[in-house]
Amino acid sequence: MNGFTGFILRRAVGAAVTLLAISVIVYVVFYATPGNVAQITCGPRCSPEQVHQVARQLNLDDPLFVRYGHFLQGLVAGQDYSTGTSVQHCSAPCLGLSYQSDQQVTQLIWAKLPVSLSLVAGAMVLWLILGVGTGVLSAWRRGRFSERVLTGLTLAGTATPVFVIGLILMIVVCGELRLLPFPQYVALTDDPEQWAWNLLLPWLSLALIEAAAFARLTRASMLETLADDHIRTFRAYGVGERSIVGRHALRGAFAPVIALNANNVGSAIGGAVLTETLFGLPGIGQELVHAVNVVDLPVVVGMVLVIGFFVVLANAVADVLYAVADRRVVLT
Amino acid sequence: MTDPAVPAASGARQFWRRLRTQRAALAAAGVVALLVLVALAAPLLTAVEGQDPTTYHPSLVDSARGGVPVGPLGGASADHWFGVEPQTGRDLFARLVYGARVSLGVALAATVVQVAIGITLGVAAALGKRWVDQLLSRFTDVMVAMPLMIMALALLAIVPASFPRPVLVALVIGLIGWGNIARIVRAQTLTLKELDYVAAARLSGWGTWSIARRELLPGIAAPVITYAALLVPTNITVEAALSFLGVGVKPPTPSWGQMLTAADVWYQAAPQYLLLPAGALFVTVLALTVLGDGVRTALDPRAASRLRVGTGRRQESKAAGGGTA
Repeated sequence: MNGFTGFILRRAVGAAVTLLAISVIVYVVFYATPGNVAQITCGPRCSPEQVHQVARQLNLDDPLFVRYGHFLQGLVAGQDYSTGTSVQHCSAPCLGLSYQSDQQVTQLIWAKLPVSLSLVAGAMVLWLILGVGTGVLSAWRRGRFSERVLTGLTLAGTATPVFVIGLILMIVVCGELRLLPFPQYVALTDDPEQWAWNLLLPWLSLALIEAAAFARLTRASMLETLADDHIRTFRAYGVGERSIVGRHALRGAFAPVIALNANNVGSAIGGAVLTETLFGLPGIGQELVHAVNVVDLPVVVGMVLVIGFFVVLANAVADVLYAVADRRVVLT
Repeated sequence: MTDPAVPAASGARQFWRRLRTQRAALAAAGVVALLVLVALAAPLLTAVEGQDPTTYHPSLVDSARGGVPVGPLGGASADHWFGVEPQTGRDLFARLVYGARVSLGVALAATVVQVAIGITLGVAAALGKRWVDQLLSRFTDVMVAMPLMIMALALLAIVPASFPRPVLVALVIGLIGWGNIARIVRAQTLTLKELDYVAAARLSGWGTWSIARRELLPGIAAPVITYAALLVPTNITVEAALSFLGVGVKPPTPSWGQMLTAADVWYQAAPQYLLLPAGALFVTVLALTVLGDGVRTALDPRAASRLRVGTGRRQESKAAGGGTA
């Protein structure tokens, strides 16, 4: 498996390079306008002198690449910040301090991360089950009435924004039927049962939308596999239809589903921002929206980089899984 | 299916004929046409109703009860066809039809920006020197990796509030979401570049620019149109989502996503405040998605016929009888 280890190594290096590129692009985009940043931090009523002072405090007079160097240094080795009276040490993966609260961005994100991870991970389990299940079912029932119903539902799913589904679910389930209380986040470590109960609707909202894409893909790739010669051979040997669809054709759909799942981590994080805002879950999505509204740039940049990290990680893991699932993939 | 006896019609005519055979796509095209008409005729429609989307009607909401619209059906009447917005009393019909302008306008403008950037960078990567290709391709990878929603959300933070909001939202979505188009264009251009007719053009002494414009652009049109058609509904959803979060299109300009921000509070007193924008979004995105699928089938009949092959023997014989595309 020497070639395989090498492949994983190359993939890891590639992911690291992509992350570095993301950090450069994000940093340049958000900090390329020095006067602007100081003005924003200082507020609209600041005098030009005050703005200048803020700019010096934030080292905005330094050239951009010097500041980016500091930023990287903070990420790798930590950094000390003076907050006027005292010095605050921001340890190793340091993403800077919030302009608004002087809190360390890393701590801020760390505190909110469990909520978002709970949301996305739980929803992912649901959307894989729902999506692949629907896809298999509609490929199997091809040409029947039930397939049409499933296709219609899937199409409706792709056309509904996540916040619309969430709104309607919340109003119907919590408001009218009173089956569930309005969701309030409970930490998994505090009470696993309440955790799942409260996250059920957010999971469903996010999963229903994402599942639609998986259903379409699973159906399409299964139909493609079913048209292959080797399936025809199975059939000629008298292998049952259920076994053909459930075992052999599903295997063909496995690799594309993994690839789509990696691609969808990004869109799911976008969906998670909406779900968190809608249900009032205190995750990084809600924090990001807040940071955008009050223009807290270190928090915005930190969030974007952390989200980028997860997306790149998901893609790298998917590539490895993809190679494991389908040995025909050329390991380059 | 096309009749093999009829010689293949060229380009656009063949496309229309293939699109016409798909009933769902045709119906979707009708809905889209209607929506575009409503968006274009928004001032006319509201003039017929005698309202406009921005005037407050404090007399039509009950401020003692927190701003609930006065009267049954959320204040719907002959003057206000769909009722009025809670708290402000702005006319809902007017906000809905002007919202169609914002929704479709922003999505189309964003798509144009995405396609323009995607084609430019994709062709440049395919025709440029090796380092140009490497640089552009890695840049594209990064842009594809980053979630559109997150980047748009973040970018909206640093633009001054004075910038006209719908234009800004369209630009931000357009400047971020071009990655996949660039990839498709690069791949297609690399394939076309090796073909004889392009080589012939190069040997005749044509410059890179005229080869790109006259020989390559027609070849990349089909995949670009296919992908762009599916980008429009995505962009509509992104605009609605950003406006829903309160960072996209801001009041007084109406937007469907923005109308839904407060809808959950009012659903009992004025259900249409929730149902109308939600329904409008659903119908619009659905119609555009179905139309996009139809466009793909019309441009790439092979993809369609592959999917038509069935599971059982019954479908197999039907597919064999149907001939090949």
